[in-house]
Amino acid sequence: MALLQIAEPGESTAPHEHRLAIGIDLGTTNSLVATVRNGIAVVLNDHDGHSLLPSVVAYTKTGDVKVGFGAQAVQSRDPKNTIVSVKRFMGRGIKDVAHIENCPYDFVDAPGMLKIRTAAGMKSPVEVSAEILKALRSLAEEALIGNSGGKLVGAVVTVPAYFDDAQRQATKDAARLAGLNVLRLLNEPTAAAIAYGLDNAAEGVYAIYDLGGGTFDISVLRLSRGVFEVLATNGDAALGGDDFDHRLYCWVVEKAGLSLLSPGDTSALLVKVRETKEFLSAHTEARITAALSGGQTIDLAVTQLEFWEMTRNLVAKTLAPTRKAMRDAGLTAQDVKGVVMVGGATRMPHVQQAVAELFRQAPLNNLDPDKVVALGAAMQANVLAGNRSREDEWLLLDVIPLSLGIETMGGLVERIIPRNSTIPVARAQEFTTFRDGQTAMSVHVVQGDRDLVSDCRSLARFELRGIPPMTAGAARIRVTFQVDADGLLSVSAREATSGVEASVTVKPSYGLTDDQITQMLKDSYEHARDDVHARALREQQVEAERMSEATQAALREDADLLGLEEAETIMAELETLKRLAAGTDHRAIKLQIDAVNRVTEPFATRRMDRSVRRALAGRSVASIGS
Amino acid sequence: MAVTLTERAARRVSNFLAKRGKGVGLRLGVRTSGCSGLAYKLEFADVVNPEDATFESNGVKVLVDPKSLPYIDGTELDFTREGLNEGFQFRNPNTKDQCGCGESFTV
Repeated sequence: MALLQIAEPGESTAPHEHRLAIGIDLGTTNSLVATVRNGIAVVLNDHDGHSLLPSVVAYTKTGDVKVGFGAQAVQSRDPKNTIVSVKRFMGRGIKDVAHIENCPYDFVDAPGMLKIRTAAGMKSPVEVSAEILKALRSLAEEALIGNSGGKLVGAVVTVPAYFDDAQRQATKDAARLAGLNVLRLLNEPTAAAIAYGLDNAAEGVYAIYDLGGGTFDISVLRLSRGVFEVLATNGDAALGGDDFDHRLYCWVVEKAGLSLLSPGDTSALLVKVRETKEFLSAHTEARITAALSGGQTIDLAVTQLEFWEMTRNLVAKTLAPTRKAMRDAGLTAQDVKGVVMVGGATRMPHVQQAVAELFRQAPLNNLDPDKVVALGAAMQANVLAGNRSREDEWLLLDVIPLSLGIETMGGLVERIIPRNSTIPVARAQEFTTFRDGQTAMSVHVVQGDRDLVSDCRSLARFELRGIPPMTAGAARIRVTFQVDADGLLSVSAREATSGVEASVTVKPSYGLTDDQITQMLKDSYEHARDDVHARALREQQVEAERMSEATQAALREDADLLGLEEAETIMAELETLKRLAAGTDHRAIKLQIDAVNRVTEPFATRRMDRSVRRALAGRSVASIGS
Repeated sequence: MAVTLTERAARRVSNFLAKRGKGVGLRLGVRTSGCSGLAYKLEFADVVNPEDATFESNGVKVLVDPKSLPYIDGTELDFTREGLNEGFQFRNPNTKDQCGCGESFTV
């Protein structure tokens, strides 16, 4: 069963045509994927409820690739083949990466971008990033599409504001390699600003303070006419929340008088201090207790103030680049209209305080700082995928008073643009041929909300000729309705394989008074129930006719496959179908269609066998296999 | 007859409407197209049209245009999860036949 989401008024999409779009925060330490669902941006969680995917990729000799928590688990066992923080290598050569000697990887310099020799062969940073993006893509597809149909039209992927062209191109290549259509690369600070709705806020200067797990970035943006311009960026590529953990870890080691710890104890203790750090964001005191493998136990109390004191210089290290970015932009704290906090480490109250003091205003922090970039990217993706019309883009807000559509088989109306749609508007739908070898199609444009063409108003008629002869249902004819800001309707039809096209332009409101429109609407409401029946009947009549034609064509072609008695039975059932189709009982027609289906089934199977034999005749098994 | 929401669906809709910051209720409807005749429409509603049939279900205002009502009268809207996917489901007593995906149907 399809699971539906609520759309904005008038923006429901056709079944199986949901334009799903995602935003991806491809981070140095962690990555996230978000989307807009039921009008609200949300981060998608994996099966274990994790919203963050560690940006870690592990390669094994067997060619297996692990991403995220699974890769993190093997990191200490196989550091050479477990790639962390690959973002630092994107679009870079060996000499471009600072402190590369500290990395445990086997680097190979290649023109343009370095490569890493792993157990599974040479990997470029683009390929490693693509593994992370693939994991996010499959999570998104599982969460959004499931079995509901629809497809992922694209993704907005965020990059740091300071990324140069080579780094941006590498990010784009990684996304493409992961099978994602990149709608746009978006600067991370801009994404954060969008998540806070600042793109709709007053024009001015905004500062984005981003203290992540291992990196610090400050960006100064100017918003004018809905567009963000990066005025200045600065930061520290080796400063983040992990450094706060490490400071507290050293304090514990010193206080408890511990000497060299085993790797297992070290990582267990690091987890403890991280929890303590997080606890101290909301409490004034915490206890750190741990039992070490050597039998030693740790039981220490630490106050919020003590923690702030021991990490004070780390906070100060973020303020220097911040001041520098402001100076580069030629601005002072008074010029800044708002400050946005990004990154989990900005949850620490003393970080917030320091930023508030520097900018002399309380920073924006009511969204989850770990998710804010992904949320902004998702909102941007939603707009780019065409799911949301930005209201300020409409010059004219007018609506279509009566639905516009075309006539389909059986004299039924297929509505293309529903009434009350705001103009300008464009909608398209695909149609196909009804008969084998049909080379032309008549397009009858009608206006009104009744189900039968005879109850609607005819606007125009034109023919699409030159459709290549195909079997019924194989042609793909795209009919596009477009109403411009002046209310002028143009309808065009285009056959996909040959490219033949025809079109017409009309003014739908021409000659209709308000009273006539009101009357037409009233009729449609009063006859709602009759129309339900009329539509059901016509649909079954059309299906009955299609069925008779197809069966008779098959009988002409492959009559030799049928026994005399069998042929007579089929003809008799078809005769009954013809008689019932002339009546008004749509259920009886439906039942007879099923009956015809049943008696022709063995015949259909034999025909299928024959055509398969023809297709395979004279070919060896080997040639088919290839 | 009426169109109703399960308590679970109503809770979700109220929540979404509150976060969205505007809207008078939920609009349910059908439109032609799709692989099996008709397709469901599920939208936030910002205005009540004079011709709308309105229902109140578990605290949510439900609007249905008169053209759609015969197709979905008696429907109960539910909210469910399937693995990582979650969303709304129409339980429509008028349905005779639906395509595999359940997004379009015939009566």
